[in-house]
Amino acid sequence: MPSRTSSWFSSPAEAVTRLGDVGYLADDSTALTSYLAGALEKPVLIEGPAGVGKTELAKAITRATGAELVRLQCYEGLDEARALYEWNYKKQLLRIQAANDGQAWEETHDDIFSEEFLLTRPLLTAIRREEPTVLLIDEVDKTDVEVEGLLLEVLSDFQVTIPELGTMTSTRRPLVVLTSNATRELSEALKRRCLYLHLDYPDADREREIVLSQVPGLDDKVARQLVSVVGRLRELELKKAPSIAESVDWARTLIALEITDLSDKAVADTLGVVLKHSSDVDRAVRELRLKR
Amino acid sequence: MTLLDRHIEFLDALRGAGLPVSLSEGLDAVTALGLIGWTDRQQVKEAYAATLVKRANQRATFDGLFELYFPRMVGSGMTPSLTGEAAAAGVAKDGPEALEEFSSRLAEALEADDVEMLRQLAAEAVARFGAMPGRGPGLSSWSSYTALRRLSTDELTARLIEGLQQGGWTEEEAARVGTRRMDRFAGLVEADARRRIAEEKGPEQIAKIAVRPTIEKLDFLHARRADLEALRREIYPLARRLATRLTQEHHARRRGAVDLRRTLRSSMSTGGVPVDLRFRPKRPHRTELVILCDVSGSVSNFATFTLMLVFALREQFGKVRAFTFVDEIHEVTSYFKPGADLVDTMTELTKATEHAARMGRTNYGRAFSLFQERHADALGPKSSLLILGDARSNYSDLAVDSLRAMADAARHSHWLNPEVRTQWDTGDSEATRYGSIIDMRECRNLTQLSEFVHDLA
Ligand SMILES: Nc1ncnc2c1ncn2[C@@H]1O[C@H](COP(=O)(O)OP(=O)(O)OP(=O)(O)O)[C@@H](O)[C@H]1O
Ligand SMILES: [Mg+2]
Repeated sequence: MPSRTSSWFSSPAEAVTRLGDVGYLADDSTALTSYLAGALEKPVLIEGPAGVGKTELAKAITRATGAELVRLQCYEGLDEARALYEWNYKKQLLRIQAANDGQAWEETHDDIFSEEFLLTRPLLTAIRREEPTVLLIDEVDKTDVEVEGLLLEVLSDFQVTIPELGTMTSTRRPLVVLTSNATRELSEALKRRCLYLHLDYPDADREREIVLSQVPGLDDKVARQLVSVVGRLRELELKKAPSIAESVDWARTLIALEITDLSDKAVADTLGVVLKHSSDVDRAVRELRLKR
Repeated sequence: MTLLDRHIEFLDALRGAGLPVSLSEGLDAVTALGLIGWTDRQQVKEAYAATLVKRANQRATFDGLFELYFPRMVGSGMTPSLTGEAAAAGVAKDGPEALEEFSSRLAEALEADDVEMLRQLAAEAVARFGAMPGRGPGLSSWSSYTALRRLSTDELTARLIEGLQQGGWTEEEAARVGTRRMDRFAGLVEADARRRIAEEKGPEQIAKIAVRPTIEKLDFLHARRADLEALRREIYPLARRLATRLTQEHHARRRGAVDLRRTLRSSMSTGGVPVDLRFRPKRPHRTELVILCDVSGSVSNFATFTLMLVFALREQFGKVRAFTFVDEIHEVTSYFKPGADLVDTMTELTKATEHAARMGRTNYGRAFSLFQERHADALGPKSSLLILGDARSNYSDLAVDSLRAMADAARHSHWLNPEVRTQWDTGDSEATRYGSIIDMRECRNLTQLSEFVHDLA
């Protein structure tokens, strides 16, 4: 349930404006979900193809609200010790060796399981912070199922129990953003706890705005041509369709090469920036009838 | 009816359509709507979507039901300005002139891809050309079919494609995009007809029959053209998800015995205390696959999808050989080149069907005998045999002995049948007789298929 007023967005419209101010051009559903995440204090799960701005949205919310970003980057093999906390064994061993013979074991024990020997990892860091925090759990589909169980626990009550130190409860809930490329299905239980946003490729107008805002000096006409070719490429059932990131890269390349008109030849010459597989390049050349 | 009643009915309809909406998610939706209010329909829709729809491919089902339960408008759909326009031009509601005037506005909107305008036009099309007065009670009084027929959509599509080509698109692109736009418009017309019928009969009635299942639950045998494209787009993502799952499971299983030497070496940094245990890797074993697919008529889609999925997962198997048959047998293994383009492969596979057909009538028995004659060496103690087809053999000789010999030669054998189980053994289906030799499973949609492929690897 929503609690005291926080520093998150006060309405979907305000989210659009404030995200826009920090360079993120959000559509209606993105703005609404960003607003609801703060207002309902619920984590948001963002799914979508690579490079459509999932990670960037978390960063933009951070900038727009003056919060701080805590990031947990997921990978196969990530475990509790890397995600939550672990004890600093080496330091503990040194401390035990250094203990003088007279010291009772109980005393040493209490000593080595204290704050000083605790290595705080992103999840615990985010829970303990008292200032506004955005917790980004990036590429959650890369983790194993056990980590998902851990996330489920932490995201349910925002508290962590460390046997030797007691229970730590967050005083100010972080705004949590999880991103996923959907390389695997996440558990229903985790999804139930989250709001859901599917980010997809933007429409031509928004994409042009994004490209123009990130590549100053790009001619509006070229931007239009570029966005239209990218749109056509996305129709082609390629292995890896070009993302916003690739549109931006392409625009930068065109500037560097001083190309001021995106002719078929110019497209053919620079296609490698946009498409990463050679079978995709072949297909594009064939279907768009580009001469090389 | 109160908003709350509507809300509850909407949630029930979503559940009925296969979305697992929990109690707590329903409450989240209520809280969210409490915050944003009910004034802006688009925001209401997005708030529902953010709290209830947790998978991208459920969105179409959600959209369809939302339109039924929270219709954009009630009644005619002839907005005053539009009727005004038509009236000013001196055009009647229906008639040849009305059709022509309407078609030209539609053509314009299609070419501009103006989604909002197309939605309005869809409603108008049903209102003007899809009404079916005078039919008995209980019969639907609105028909999207009639409306679309009257509009001669084929002609409109041809015009649209031509227009797109003039705008600089290549022929193939224009055809693809033009057809898709027209399909989408047809979808809008269908949705509007449903909305009107729902207004008269109540949405529950329509929700049950008219809303299509999500693409994963869609019967291969009932797929329409637009569905086939959607299905094809699912193959790589699905293969990727399966591969990730398999890799993770292999890794989990691979933990062998403790590797003492590596454990001790790594304990040096912790003063000789073995804090981290190291394990020896286990050798994974990989299945070798031999696939036989019936590629005749209606089951060919199913066979192609299964083949594509298996080959997209190529690395998960030791070796794969694939054969297609109708009444001849033809090896297609070489069509699957590593890194090849999906659409090209599919096209070539479809072309290759002619090598699999002599007379053109499916003959399982002949296919099995020919396989034994020519390719028996493909099967061995390491291979799994997979047969895809509906076991409908036109009452021909079943060659049960050949099939039994094949099953005996392979380590495992499976048969996937895309028909619903209740149809088995009807007509010329020999499901039970073949099923007594090789375990037969129903496999009607992507969900069942991906479960099977996962267990296989
Ligand atoms: N709405 C937007 N406004 C401004 N820039 C955007 C927007 N969407 C995407 N971008 C740009 O696209 C780039 C790629 O986005 P990002 O890295 O967030 O993608 P992603 O969805 O997280 O991809 P991946 O799945 O590969 O991690 C960003 O660097 C950003 O510059
Ligand atoms: Mg990212």
